[in-house]
Amino acid sequence: MKTWIKSGEPWIWATAGGIAIALVAVLGVLWLTAARGLLHFWPAMVAETTYVEKDGSRIRLIGEIKEQEEVAVRRLIESGFKIESTDKFTTRYLLKLGNRDVHGFDFKWYPAPLLSEFTYPQDLITVERREWGNFYGHLKAVKENGQVVAEGVAALPELERRIQRASELFQKIFHIEKDEIGDLNYEMERLRLKEKKLQLQGKLDEPARTGMEKEREALNGKFGALQARLEKLRGEIGRDSLSAEVMNGQIVDVPLEKVAEAYRPNAMGLVDKVGYYFRKLYAFGTENPREANTEGGIFPAIFGTIMMVVLMSILVMPLGVIAAVYMREYAKQGPLIRIIRIAVNNLAGVPSIVYGVFGLGFFVYFLGGSIDQLFFPEALPAPTFGSPGILWASLTLAILTLPVVIVSTEEGLARVPRSLREGSLALGATKAETLWRTVLPMTSPAIMTGLILAVARAAGETAPLMLVGVVKLAPSLPLDGHFPYFHLERQFMHLGFHIYDVGFQSPNVEAARPLVYATALLLVLVIVALNLAAISLRNRLRETYRGLEGM
Amino acid sequence: MNDPHSNLQTIAGAMRQRLLIDSLFRYVMVLGGISVIVAISLIFFYLASVAYPLFKPVKVDAWQSFAVPGGKDGQTVHLASEEQREIGARFTDQGVVHFFNLHDGVPRGEFRIAFPPGVAITSFAAGDPDHYTAAYGLADGRVVVVGQKYGTHFDADNRRVITPEIDYPLGETPLEIDPQHAAIDRLAVQSSDEGTTLVALTHDGRLLLTGLTATTNMLTGEQSVEKSGSTLDKVEGSIQQLIVEVKQRELYVAHDGRFITHFDITDKSAPRRIQTQQVVPEEESISALTILSGGFSLIVGTDKGSLGQWFLVRDAENNYTLTHIRDFKPMPGRITTLAPEYFRKGFIAGDTQGNLGLYYATAHKLLWRESVGKGNILAAETTPRGNGLIIQSADGKLYTAQVDNEFPEVSFSSLWEKVWYESYEKPEYIWQSAAATNDFEAKFSLTPLTLGTLKASFYAMLLAVPLALFSAIFGAYFMAPGMRKVAKPSIEIMAALPTVILGFLAGLWLAPLIENNLAGTLLVFVVLPMVIMAAAYLWHVLPESLTARVKPGWEAALLVPVVIFGIWLAFRIGHPLEAAFFGGDMPFWLTHEMGITYEQRNSLVVGIAMGFAVIPTIFSIAEDAIFSVPKHFTTGSLALGATRWQTLQNVILPTASPGIFSAVMIGLGRAVGETMIVLMATGNTAVMDLSMFTGFRTLAANIGVEMPEAAVGTTHFRLLFVSALVLFAFTFVVNTAAELVRQRLREKYSEC
Repeated sequence: MKTWIKSGEPWIWATAGGIAIALVAVLGVLWLTAARGLLHFWPAMVAETTYVEKDGSRIRLIGEIKEQEEVAVRRLIESGFKIESTDKFTTRYLLKLGNRDVHGFDFKWYPAPLLSEFTYPQDLITVERREWGNFYGHLKAVKENGQVVAEGVAALPELERRIQRASELFQKIFHIEKDEIGDLNYEMERLRLKEKKLQLQGKLDEPARTGMEKEREALNGKFGALQARLEKLRGEIGRDSLSAEVMNGQIVDVPLEKVAEAYRPNAMGLVDKVGYYFRKLYAFGTENPREANTEGGIFPAIFGTIMMVVLMSILVMPLGVIAAVYMREYAKQGPLIRIIRIAVNNLAGVPSIVYGVFGLGFFVYFLGGSIDQLFFPEALPAPTFGSPGILWASLTLAILTLPVVIVSTEEGLARVPRSLREGSLALGATKAETLWRTVLPMTSPAIMTGLILAVARAAGETAPLMLVGVVKLAPSLPLDGHFPYFHLERQFMHLGFHIYDVGFQSPNVEAARPLVYATALLLVLVIVALNLAAISLRNRLRETYRGLEGM
Repeated sequence: MNDPHSNLQTIAGAMRQRLLIDSLFRYVMVLGGISVIVAISLIFFYLASVAYPLFKPVKVDAWQSFAVPGGKDGQTVHLASEEQREIGARFTDQGVVHFFNLHDGVPRGEFRIAFPPGVAITSFAAGDPDHYTAAYGLADGRVVVVGQKYGTHFDADNRRVITPEIDYPLGETPLEIDPQHAAIDRLAVQSSDEGTTLVALTHDGRLLLTGLTATTNMLTGEQSVEKSGSTLDKVEGSIQQLIVEVKQRELYVAHDGRFITHFDITDKSAPRRIQTQQVVPEEESISALTILSGGFSLIVGTDKGSLGQWFLVRDAENNYTLTHIRDFKPMPGRITTLAPEYFRKGFIAGDTQGNLGLYYATAHKLLWRESVGKGNILAAETTPRGNGLIIQSADGKLYTAQVDNEFPEVSFSSLWEKVWYESYEKPEYIWQSAAATNDFEAKFSLTPLTLGTLKASFYAMLLAVPLALFSAIFGAYFMAPGMRKVAKPSIEIMAALPTVILGFLAGLWLAPLIENNLAGTLLVFVVLPMVIMAAAYLWHVLPESLTARVKPGWEAALLVPVVIFGIWLAFRIGHPLEAAFFGGDMPFWLTHEMGITYEQRNSLVVGIAMGFAVIPTIFSIAEDAIFSVPKHFTTGSLALGATRWQTLQNVILPTASPGIFSAVMIGLGRAVGETMIVLMATGNTAVMDLSMFTGFRTLAANIGVEMPEAAVGTTHFRLLFVSALVLFAFTFVVNTAAELVRQRLREKYSEC
């Protein structure tokens, strides 16, 4: 043993332990997000059990078991549970009881000693609603205008049919409200700004005024017609409802206009579950969020992230490459350029929040404010570009990631062998031609690596975006059918901020948690994929030049 | 067609074009490159330019002087001005109010206050400047309350016209204060929408308190004034000044040259005398007294020129005592006049030598001092926005000036030292940038934020440095190439993981987990090394036929299951341990038995989460440094008979130490500026302790939280820029130092 210690072998094992811990941590984080994120879409069984209240009475509980953990009995007793047990620790379950409108709460921890056995009755239904979260209960009947049309076994197929109908109507209403009325509002606003602009220029004369008045009247007419159609559809959609027995024995009516989906999780087979899983996965990526982002999909966040990253790439690519080419090919290689190179390199280490502060102060308030004064005086005091938006966010992140692109491109330029340049110049090519035809194409993998790393960093960066343009719920996408199609001044949603906001600012964190894990998983996947791409590209690049080095 | 000449021409033309493109390309690249570099360096200069105004000295300029408007109508008792810094008002002891232009002294109206004929004016009082209330006390025991009104309208050319006026908020008929009709010698007034309080000292020495509440009858619209009052306890000696604070709950009586007596006058019919406090030393006497905006702090000026701040401080028994808070830099002469700013905690002081000083209470600072006119300063006032001065000098002139003093709150002591804020029990370090009320004293102590930043980095580095360096040593020196191919990218991927995800996991998964398994978590730090060592020894004693199957350099892979087992084991024994020694609940035990506050989102959680965020940064740079130590160093050492560990310890680590140092520095830079993890995994309260079980607020998280809400251009906004600048400068300097060290190292080895 003594010689073993003396040999230094234990130290080697200690260093090995360090790397083992780091690896476990990496894998742990990835596994945790993956396991929790992927589980979110699996249809959960709905359990039924009973619980002993403080006064000794037993009540029935119906809900999904979301979590369980071992907890100190003392802490439970302190929080008011009456537990007679000599154990110091016991298990407690987090039940998602749903029916927020009926009970007032939908998540609650229950200690195991006060619960009876869990059962999973086949006829329990889970109703996903557009408001108030999930609903659980025993389906009793389906009603039309308050009259029962199906009961017992016949109720479920009837319910599915009617939900189908309600969903179609809902889509129509949604289309009118969002698209058609949205278009009208947009036109109205455009008209108002046009009038204000003319007024500011002193050109608002009688013919212009009457013309605009006419336009406005026409729009109002259209609006009235849409309102009437909406009224009719709303009447139709409110026709059906289902009634079900909830956990306290009450029979509750749920109007189908609020129902997104209803199913019997305990009766589902594996095939159904898999089908459901992929349907939910798809909806997650393509739907809009509901209920203060705690339900539904994250499409706007994905869209916003992608659009911001694309914009940022368009900005950062040329700038980074030009700066790198200048520094490596044109600038005099003296101490000054060395200092600049170190400085640029170090900018990558400056905290991202600092860039956010810069973006907010310089881009948003200074540049944006000036643009508003010059080009959008008619909209003032409401800011157009003078408030956080996707353009400023992209610009800020472009500056943030510029060092990454510059460093990577410079590295690539340095790797191109001298012999190639000299060959090109010897054949009579100008320096520009050499760069453009020979050097830059050979550097393109390095440039791509830099860009991918920049994109990976930008996609995950959250802190600066909170200052320069990200919001929890953007009313409209930065890209839509209204001229000029790209609305660079608009605020947008972003995956990283979505995680922060839903996980920490949401009123119902428990309800939102699985969704946050799913969002986190998506973000991790995107970033890991981008980084792996960059790594493999870098390796390929090295392979390519290894062959050239002998030349 | 085949003209060789034209052919040559085309060739020459093409050549020219190529050269043109070449130089164009050159220009684009040089210009573009330089502008990108300039744009990047703009960040620093822009941040600095926003932060700079905070530290600019106060500027007082655009001085104007003119003969005192209505100079012959008696002595000045009060000066005032309106918000736009256009018109000033001068109240005289004869009951005349002169309005005049502040920039040239041209009269803008003169109002003679309506007094009953034949009754002399015996005293004057001004209320809180913001409310524009003043009152004259008469020789027959009555009082006239006067208000100023500044009506604004726009004329035909869209120019702003301000019309000053006098009004009588409580009616033109003087109010009877003393039923015995004695002359009123001293007076204090305070008036708001809720009511008016008047305190009068009669010629025969009685202190009379009167509360007036105006109520409007909802049906008839008739106004009626409800009056309540009482006589206050006698105060010994001669009374110099009476001050009622703006909320009309406290009365301060300055008397006998050195004392202030404090009354609680919340109930106007039953005032209580609280205490008498000597506020200046024996050899000095009070020569001026005023109360700062908000109605908390008294500023006492003496005949020797000293200036002291006093306010009520609550003690443990809930009693309020008038307490000396701080002294300001004294004025050269006897203080003749003191005037508070309208909305901030600043004040101005004039003395007998004609000096005027501009002070700020919270910042504990004399902002500016100069002599004005000749002789005594008779009266001085600031304009409502604190951007102007009106001064009457004994030389018979009125002086006005423009003041550029937007950020008086900032001083070294207010940013970095303990400050005794109004209504606090003792001096404290506090960051509190906003509150609901207007008379809020902004608390901008950067100390707790800086401490929080250091605390966060300390706990993160405590975990990250050993782990990352161990990993780097093994990774660069011992690890088999096959494993390196997998392990290195895996750890580096972690550097790319968005910190928002780490923060989210730390806040919502790790924090509750640790709270529930505190003993287990702490045990991990003990159990893990033990388990690893045990595994290593076991490997050592295992028969060689078994161990030889695993090539050296794969030890880490063998340890992965061991580490998982160790963590599992620590958590497994954690709960029974808590049950046996800590009553089953360690956080509870800590709080109640040990008196250590336990917060769910604490430094331990951040240390772990941020530690793991920093590990890859340190790892990859340190690994690089160790790996780049030339192979012949190692082979030489090994050939001389040193063991692997001896070689590492005596040859490799010393050579690579600058690189390792720079790795740690860059890791520190990352920890200091990290925002999302800290934001999500702590409670973000700015506290001043170093406990592992409490949270903190860092500079970066503070920016993230407050920047979107900060109003542009305010002190708060600019201080956040200062924080950003500090972060920028710190990380930049640290990274540059690290980079230089690294470059030197690289050059050294490239020669070998």
